[in-house]
Amino acid sequence: MIELRHVNKTFRVAKRNAGMKEALKALVFREYTQVQALRDISFSVADGEMVGYIGPNGAGKSSTIKVMSGILTPDSGECCVDGLTPWKSRKQHVRNIGVVFGQRSQLWWDVPVIDSFELLRDIYSIPSSAYRRNVDELTELLSLSELLRTPARQLSLGQRMRCEIAASLLHDPGILFLDEPTIGLDAVSKIAVRKFIKARNRERKTTVILTTHDMQDIEALTERILLIGRGQILLDGSLSQLKQRNSRTKKLNISYSTGTFQPLEGVQLVAEFGGHAEFLIDTEVIGVSGAIQSLAQNIEITDLSVEGASAEELVVSLYKEFAI
Amino acid sequence: MNGLRKYISFFRIRFYAGLQYRAAALAGVATQFAWGLLTLLLFLTFYEGNPDAFPMEMQETAAYIWLRQSFFALFNLYAFDSTIFEAITSGGVAYELTRPMDLYSMWFTKNAALRVSRTMLRFWPILVLAVLIPAPYGMMLPASLAALVGFVVSLLLGVSVACAFLMIIYDITFYTMQPQGVRLIFVSATELLCGDLIPLPFFPSWLARPLSLTPFAAMSNVPYRVYSGNIAGAELWQSIGLQVFWLLVLVALGRCLMNRALARVAVQGG
Repeated sequence: MIELRHVNKTFRVAKRNAGMKEALKALVFREYTQVQALRDISFSVADGEMVGYIGPNGAGKSSTIKVMSGILTPDSGECCVDGLTPWKSRKQHVRNIGVVFGQRSQLWWDVPVIDSFELLRDIYSIPSSAYRRNVDELTELLSLSELLRTPARQLSLGQRMRCEIAASLLHDPGILFLDEPTIGLDAVSKIAVRKFIKARNRERKTTVILTTHDMQDIEALTERILLIGRGQILLDGSLSQLKQRNSRTKKLNISYSTGTFQPLEGVQLVAEFGGHAEFLIDTEVIGVSGAIQSLAQNIEITDLSVEGASAEELVVSLYKEFAI
Repeated sequence: MNGLRKYISFFRIRFYAGLQYRAAALAGVATQFAWGLLTLLLFLTFYEGNPDAFPMEMQETAAYIWLRQSFFALFNLYAFDSTIFEAITSGGVAYELTRPMDLYSMWFTKNAALRVSRTMLRFWPILVLAVLIPAPYGMMLPASLAALVGFVVSLLLGVSVACAFLMIIYDITFYTMQPQGVRLIFVSATELLCGDLIPLPFFPSWLARPLSLTPFAAMSNVPYRVYSGNIAGAELWQSIGLQVFWLLVLVALGRCLMNRALARVAVQGG
């Protein structure tokens, strides 16, 4: 159980204008601006839940993860993870969490990955039987057998990320924080990583909180979404709810051989060219199947596709809606 | 015992990492041996000019030089653990803070591990070569059994003092976010003050006395002189006491600085 209540965090950032004069001035007088990274953040996550945490760059995603993992002390507010305040009982708290920062590495650069794993075994005092079981299991699920004996510096990004994820799970944490785990990965690695995270959540009931800019991550993994912008939680709901909310209109693409269109209420012809037509359907006026049926009476349809707003478009429209 | 294991594990992984760079170790050995010979010749010239004005025996001086060359990697204050600077300046410290260990102990251990593992590869070839050089210019056996025990104890204490000192420099980097400046200021001064260039007894006495009370005199100065019997008896106990004193003071200071830095830490980037 993770619970955040009215968490605030402000950073001080030195600022100055361009130019030599300004640079020299900044030697003596330094101007700081307060950047409020988190304002009044409250939410809770139940055990075994998988939550996607989204928002534009600099919205406060990583800061929230850092608060929850005990790295960052907020200015005010409460955070309670399994009964512990992360920054107060850091050492005890971190035993039950696994963290992956997609943009950093926890593996020792010069030595084979397995050496880093053994160091982690000793740092977390993992009993050797449990350690062996976990390494075997993770090796199989993430296909690491070829990688463990290779120095981290010689791994590709996708290979390294699989090892990073394994490294964060060696001590059987109940909660897993993933900060952009798929950043920079190719399609195959992304899918492998997603599949693994999903399985882990389903089979081990590991609570997963994941930040990402990749909407496919969200679609593939999470039921629940938290949207953060300018340090505030703007939305907390399920992906399907969100989609519904923005899915009053559907786009219908049709290829046809013969016939002409009859005007239809709730259906708007947007484009027409050489046997192709694009319609927008207002689903509150007419259902998608109703619209297709009516259209098919007058024309010979050879191909068609219906598109809802993609998650990507959804997020763009959300960012627009909240002006973040 | 379980608590100790994680610390030992840092030494192990550092040692493995060091083994990857055999050429660096070999080059280190060659350089240190050659530098030792040159230093020896320099001191020999002074010695032959006026043996009575020499503050240490020639044999003691030779032992001092050869030990310094052998254990160079252990006390070399130029050598920082670059991964720690990187962790601070680029934000990797985030990972270290998600470990169930306190950061000071972890970094202190990493530091010590870096030094010890480098030394393990390098010290013995130099010692073996130096033993082959005839007395009083080569490496001598320890002056006595007590000197050997005192050497080992003060060597360990000395490394600890050096690491505790370096921890303060890492701490300062939390504030400056740029390691070069701090390194330059501290390190160039310390090389002289530690007796790394010239053993402390060779300093003029008005300077040598106050210097012998500083933390710099509590690093390599003690073990190198204990080995040959240059420091013995009551002075040995005093020197070890000084090492313990500075170790406690520097660790307390380093911990205090680190806690303050972490309380206001903004993990850099993203």
